[in-house]
Amino acid sequence: MLKVDVIENGTVVDHIKAGSGLKVFVMLGVAGGYSERAALVMNVPSKRLGKKDIVKIEGKTVSEDAASMIALLSPGASINIIENSKVAKKYVVSVPERLRGAGTCPNPNCITNREECVREFTKEGERFRCHYCERLVGAEELV
Amino acid sequence: MDLISIRDLEKKEVELILDSAEKIHSGKKKPDHSGKILATLFFEPSTRTKLSFQSAAQRNKMGVVDFLPETSSLKKGESFTDTVRILEGYADVLVVRHPVEGSVRLAADVCERPVINGGDGANQHPTQTLIDLFSIRKTKGKIEGMNVHLVGDLKHARAMRSLAYGLAMFNAKITAVSPKGLELPKADVDEIKAKFGCSIAVRDTLDPRDADVLYVCRIQEERFADPMEAKRMKEKFMIRKDDLKNAKHGLVILHPLPKINEIESSIDSMPQAKYFEQAHYGVPVRQAILDWALSK
Ligand SMILES: [Zn+2]
Repeated sequence: MLKVDVIENGTVVDHIKAGSGLKVFVMLGVAGGYSERAALVMNVPSKRLGKKDIVKIEGKTVSEDAASMIALLSPGASINIIENSKVAKKYVVSVPERLRGAGTCPNPNCITNREECVREFTKEGERFRCHYCERLVGAEELV
Repeated sequence: MDLISIRDLEKKEVELILDSAEKIHSGKKKPDHSGKILATLFFEPSTRTKLSFQSAAQRNKMGVVDFLPETSSLKKGESFTDTVRILEGYADVLVVRHPVEGSVRLAADVCERPVINGGDGANQHPTQTLIDLFSIRKTKGKIEGMNVHLVGDLKHARAMRSLAYGLAMFNAKITAVSPKGLELPKADVDEIKAKFGCSIAVRDTLDPRDADVLYVCRIQEERFADPMEAKRMKEKFMIRKDDLKNAKHGLVILHPLPKINEIESSIDSMPQAKYFEQAHYGVPVRQAILDWALSK
């Protein structure tokens, strides 16, 4: 396996669905202009998933809101908060029932893409309904 | 109380509005909101919706102010929400129509006064849905159990998608009749099924024999890549006098209007044709909606 440095203080996002790692990386804002170490490892062999992606970020604790967004991209992903090189907290992300102030509606003719407003999406079955344009969209489309 | 989407309404709320419209139509109820003012904010043209709202307001003894986007500060780049905030100071209730989806919901968010959706892009036009439900109830006596054939472009027609929702709410039988590729979107079918446990019969040919109501809408040529196919489909789904020969007694034909050639003009004078009546119901139903919005 590709060797990646151990994180001292930061976050490891593990068990990301293979192919979604880059989106997680970009979404967490470490793709460009981030000053500390960050790594994206793709297609790592995994017993459970066959292949998985991993994101490691030094100096950044992923918030629960951000974890919700990760859940939209990869529902089974796990968050490991690292402090002093030890796992201080570990949990599996869960897809939220409702998103408020997060997510982007993929409908270009939706008011949320035209004027300042608090975006809101509610889960309906496997998908989400935009509070404004009322379109039903896939979870991944919101990121 | 705002009226933004048919999805916001419970069945009992819809019934309340329809009952009120019924009383207004028969002259038993005369809403009096004298001193109150309706503002119509139409950011895209729709003469009929606007006029019928203005007529409804005047019948409710209300004053009307009309906002004309082409002569306003919008041209100077004022935001939509700023415009709404200013206009609400001039009126007690606002009817807003705007081409951007979700815009009227946003208007209601920033506005203290009741806001009524007069159509937001391809999303919602709830007052049309209430008029359609009222028309079915009025012409057939009830909505429950009626087999309503929705005919035309069910994929793009906002009126059809909302009406399907409203019909399901009332336990009507829905038969969706459309050309291939213009079917009622799966998302709508699934939603109706999940919320009301109602299934929808799907057909790709016109056969009104088992219909209680034929609700027809336009098939736009632009929806087809091939103009020949467009012509074929328009002809295939056109309602002709001959189609009504084996129809049920008491069949009712509705159309949101304007109609182009979806219905043979000789049908206009037949007793089944109720679309002009349906257009006229716009006034009492909107009177009831204004009354409801101001009373809550
Ligand atoms: Zn939207």
